Amino acid sequence: MSLARTESPIVRRSLIGIALVYLGVFIFIPLFIVFSTALQKGIVIYLNSLKDSDTIAAIQLTLLTALIAVPLNLVFGVAASWAIAKFDFHGKNFLLTLIDVPLSVSPVISGLIFVLLFGLQGVFGPWLRDHGWKIIFAPTAIILATIFVTFPMVARELIPVMKAQGNDEEEAAITLGASGWKTFWYITLPNIKWGLLYGVILCNARAMGEFGAVSVVSGHIRGLTNTLPLQIEILYNEYNFTAAFAAASLLAFLALITLLIKSLVEYRFRSELKAVRKQGAH
Amino acid sequence: MSIEVKNIVKSFNSFKALDDVSLKVDTGELIALLGPSGSGKTTLLRIIAGLETANSGEILFHGKDARDKKTKDRQVGFVFQHYALFRHMTVFDNIAFGLRVQPAGIRPAEDKIKAKVKHLLELVQLDWVGDRYPSQLSGGQRQRIALARALAIEPKVLLLDEPFGSLDAQVRKELRQWLRRFHDDLHITSLFVTHDQEEALEVADRVVVMNKGTIEQIGTPQDVYHKPASVFVLNFLGNVNLFHGRVIDGKMYLGEAPVDGRGDLSATSIKSANLYIRPHQFDISRESQGDNAIGAVIKYINLAGSSVKFDLIADSGNSLQVEITQGEYSRLQLIKGEHVFVCPKDITFCEYEI
Repeated sequence: MSLARTESPIVRRSLIGIALVYLGVFIFIPLFIVFSTALQKGIVIYLNSLKDSDTIAAIQLTLLTALIAVPLNLVFGVAASWAIAKFDFHGKNFLLTLIDVPLSVSPVISGLIFVLLFGLQGVFGPWLRDHGWKIIFAPTAIILATIFVTFPMVARELIPVMKAQGNDEEEAAITLGASGWKTFWYITLPNIKWGLLYGVILCNARAMGEFGAVSVVSGHIRGLTNTLPLQIEILYNEYNFTAAFAAASLLAFLALITLLIKSLVEYRFRSELKAVRKQGAH
Repeated sequence: MSIEVKNIVKSFNSFKALDDVSLKVDTGELIALLGPSGSGKTTLLRIIAGLETANSGEILFHGKDARDKKTKDRQVGFVFQHYALFRHMTVFDNIAFGLRVQPAGIRPAEDKIKAKVKHLLELVQLDWVGDRYPSQLSGGQRQRIALARALAIEPKVLLLDEPFGSLDAQVRKELRQWLRRFHDDLHITSLFVTHDQEEALEVADRVVVMNKGTIEQIGTPQDVYHKPASVFVLNFLGNVNLFHGRVIDGKMYLGEAPVDGRGDLSATSIKSANLYIRPHQFDISRESQGDNAIGAVIKYINLAGSSVKFDLIADSGNSLQVEITQGEYSRLQLIKGEHVFVCPKDITFCEYEI
């Protein structure tokens, strides 16, 4: 921080200026357009387009997907990063690479994997059909694809945090007589909770906003297998701009709410956060 | 409680951290594990605490096998080099932690915990920091809190891993004297790891000198300093001058006359030997005294400290380090560049091939 203060005011102001212009062009203007287009024809039409039964179904499916995918990936992310950061074992690098797979392959391919696995022509397709189970072109596939696409989010956020913190505090807790579970609950979890919060927010944002992978496995059955992003695309392709942007504004609104929750939590624990960050800076 | 380790071996992949280490610590002793980094001292401490598992060997707590006991059941207080205080908890909660995680049956009531934490804070002379977070304390304060936290569970053994390693020299000195007094009051069996020989010699009842995963010597500070068991111990515990002399008929010779000193002098034939002499084991004079006097020129005089340190170049070309008292120095009034004679009084260590 003190380094930045030695820069001349011109450098400082132009850096701030560049950042603001960049944010304006790529964040504020698009966000403004989403909301203004959505409300172009008035609030009544805006609300009515959201009351459309297909849109409501899409909202419900999106929330359900996030509600399942986020907790599962929360548990997986904590377990995986705990294993990777605190223990040495064979195949650790392989596990790290595996975790990165969903981030490095195109979401469309992620979706395709599930079609190839569970589709009618897929590996498990005939067996699933014989048992009367339908996964592809059903909500199940959407949830599976979303879990797949979002599973690195929490782990990626936590691994650096856990590595940086090392094992010292856990070891101290154990020498003080704490069991493994108590150590995790009282020492590890509080230390990673900020990383966890960011991870969950990212995971949630991606789960609600995922398009590619979900699009491949969905089958676009209206009112049944359309998530909010898919519904927006359909409305947009039908030149139903108000409805499309209304749905889009809803998605943006959900994202803003998550950020608001994050800020509130940070505000609530500000003194503790300050103490943790100060010590972390050593 | 006494601790005994027998024939401990520990490897990390191909690196042998401990190679057949045995050590017995009596109840109430304060022991220093002294050695350079990589000598295995911290590994030994962690094995005793149960934070690492030995590949082979025994650990006995009060004569009973402790290998199957988990760390949390060993009742050891462990103080970490970097404190390892719980950063998200206040100082009070840090100290109370060990009491609060006890199983419901044994756990003391909250008011008892409060009283105990207060007592411990007074013990480490920091009763006014209970509400603070560790990040708001200085290094020395954090280390004392770490000690109070370790003591809260009334451990039978206290293990300290480089407890003063990351503190500045002044605080370090204060804290190690404080640790000594503290130990004298509580008499809890304690082991501490250090790479600072001064610290080990000043604080410990006995010093365990370690090198490359083995124990070089166990002894009182006096013994390891004055009667080193190996050249390594000799070098590690302070400056020393090396001379090439001889052993003849059980006597050590530097020049023409025998010099007193320690060493295995059983050799019957004449042997050329390495003779090691500590800087304070010399007399300095302007005139040659005796047959062993070595002529040398004073290159540098260091007056800071309780003794006066000289760097000299002997007439043979070797460099020499000599220490005399301030009183002796003011009597002699030696100056830089002067030619003097140094005469060894006592040989600290003698080594020759048999």
